Amino acid sequence: MLRADLLAIERWITPNTQVLDLGCGDGALLDYLQQHKKVQGYGLEIDAINIEHCINRGVNVIEQNLDEGLSNFSQDQFDTVIMTQALQAVKNPQQLLQEMMRIAQRGIITFPNFAYWRIRFQLLFNGRMPMSKSLPYHWYDTPNIHLCTFTDFEDLCRQLNLRVLNRRVVDNRYQRDGLSRLWPNFWGEIALYHVSR
Amino acid sequence: MTGNFPPNSVGVVATQFYHSQTPLALACGRSLPNFTLAYETYGELNASKSNAILICHALSGHQHVAGYHDAADTKPGWWDLCIGPGKPIDTRRFFVVCSNNLGGCHGSSGPTQLRPDGEQLWGPDFPIVTVEDWVQAQARLADFLGIEQWAAVIGGSLGGMQALQWSMAFPARLRHAIVIASAAKLSAQNIAFNEIARQAIMSDPDFHQGRYYQHGVLPKKGLILARMLGHVTYLSDHAMRLKFGRELQQGQFNFDFNAEFAVESYLRYQGEVFSEIFDANSYLLMTKALDYFDPARAHHDQLADALACARCQFLTVSFSSDWRFAPERSREIVNALVKARKAVSYAQIEAAQGHDAFLLKVPRYLQLLTCYLNTVVTSC
Repeated sequence: MLRADLLAIERWITPNTQVLDLGCGDGALLDYLQQHKKVQGYGLEIDAINIEHCINRGVNVIEQNLDEGLSNFSQDQFDTVIMTQALQAVKNPQQLLQEMMRIAQRGIITFPNFAYWRIRFQLLFNGRMPMSKSLPYHWYDTPNIHLCTFTDFEDLCRQLNLRVLNRRVVDNRYQRDGLSRLWPNFWGEIALYHVSR
Repeated sequence: MTGNFPPNSVGVVATQFYHSQTPLALACGRSLPNFTLAYETYGELNASKSNAILICHALSGHQHVAGYHDAADTKPGWWDLCIGPGKPIDTRRFFVVCSNNLGGCHGSSGPTQLRPDGEQLWGPDFPIVTVEDWVQAQARLADFLGIEQWAAVIGGSLGGMQALQWSMAFPARLRHAIVIASAAKLSAQNIAFNEIARQAIMSDPDFHQGRYYQHGVLPKKGLILARMLGHVTYLSDHAMRLKFGRELQQGQFNFDFNAEFAVESYLRYQGEVFSEIFDANSYLLMTKALDYFDPARAHHDQLADALACARCQFLTVSFSSDWRFAPERSREIVNALVKARKAVSYAQIEAAQGHDAFLLKVPRYLQLLTCYLNTVVTSC
């Protein structure tokens, strides 16, 4: 079984390249890219169980906290750095994004859109911090400390002189629909960005 | 199996001896005309000889890594925790080999053994051996056992340095290297501890320039001090606090210099035991091997360049409270391996026991080893 986000990301990866996956989870993405794109990949992860999963499936995994930066990697050490659903949970997203784009020419970033219409409506009508399938936490226990919208993210990209090569907007099942193409920052739940310096 | 051993023990085992008659050129420029390695094996070598694992021992270790030496033996090998049927290094699946390092004092050629002329002990004249030399000698043993390629070479601390050295010296002869609580080189602080240990031994009046055997004495005081110092560096502050606190042996101050605090009596006891079983000249040699190891030195201090020739997959493990071989030292290895585009995984295990953790029952660590070794099995 393949997650739809993996399929979406796969098409942005060049075969036989060097990939670093920040917050690689159980290693499913790297495993898939290793098999289908013959990439040489490393994942950074801090969860012990996830690290075991990676080892079980033969994915290189390095215990490293993203909040401590990426200074142990040198400029252009990788071809692509991927960060799925972690941008909103790190201490300093701007610095991390800069670091990503120092150690690789290209980056792939996915994150939940805080301007998704359901979230807007929850805040508007309930007057409470929104919760959804892609943001299933209470305000007091959420790891998501830096939520942003597509527009916010693209502003940051411009500020850091990053080019958006591709953008895909999907729902929490990683499906696209016509509406999200029409007004992504309203209808899109999750964003997948492919950026370069 | 005789004796009442746990079911997951390898049971009664015996040390064997491999004698090489071919001279071994050493890093120091001297050579050994012949040499002996004391070793033990557990499990069965499979028909394709692809399931062999080499365990490399640390500073004070030896070839007796698992099982018991006789039915009455109560103390198993030093890493019995991890080696045996159903344990992380499962002897139902792997053929496990461990040899005593050259220069050691448990049966391999070293200061306590006879010189090639068979008349006198080597004593302080045994050449200074290095991690590189050890690996060369171990490769001879592998040849003798018919092992073309190790499924894995595993070591902690100084043993981890040997696993690392294997990956560079014989890239085609191992599929996995597991480097635990180790370093690609010692820091100045670490060398300093070794130097204090050596000075403790060499300044013992019974040392006699290392020729204490001829004088019928042993530099026990020096060796005890060296071991006491070592022990402090193997434990974390936290672990010592938990284990001893400020507990007094007799519940009160005696206003004298006897071992009053529990920690004092523990260190004295550990030193005393060690001085009975370990040779002072061997201790000097082992610490020197630690100090000299620095594979990056020949590559303009670029460890990634030194590791460029490696072909095996790596697992590196460190422990959060280990300050003798701190996690940062393991990270240096990992960063270099990533830079050299080698397959590597790394885990920093949360453990309060300090450097000693690599020999102890730390659940996440044992689980991780089990997982990794399952992937090693599939390549056998």
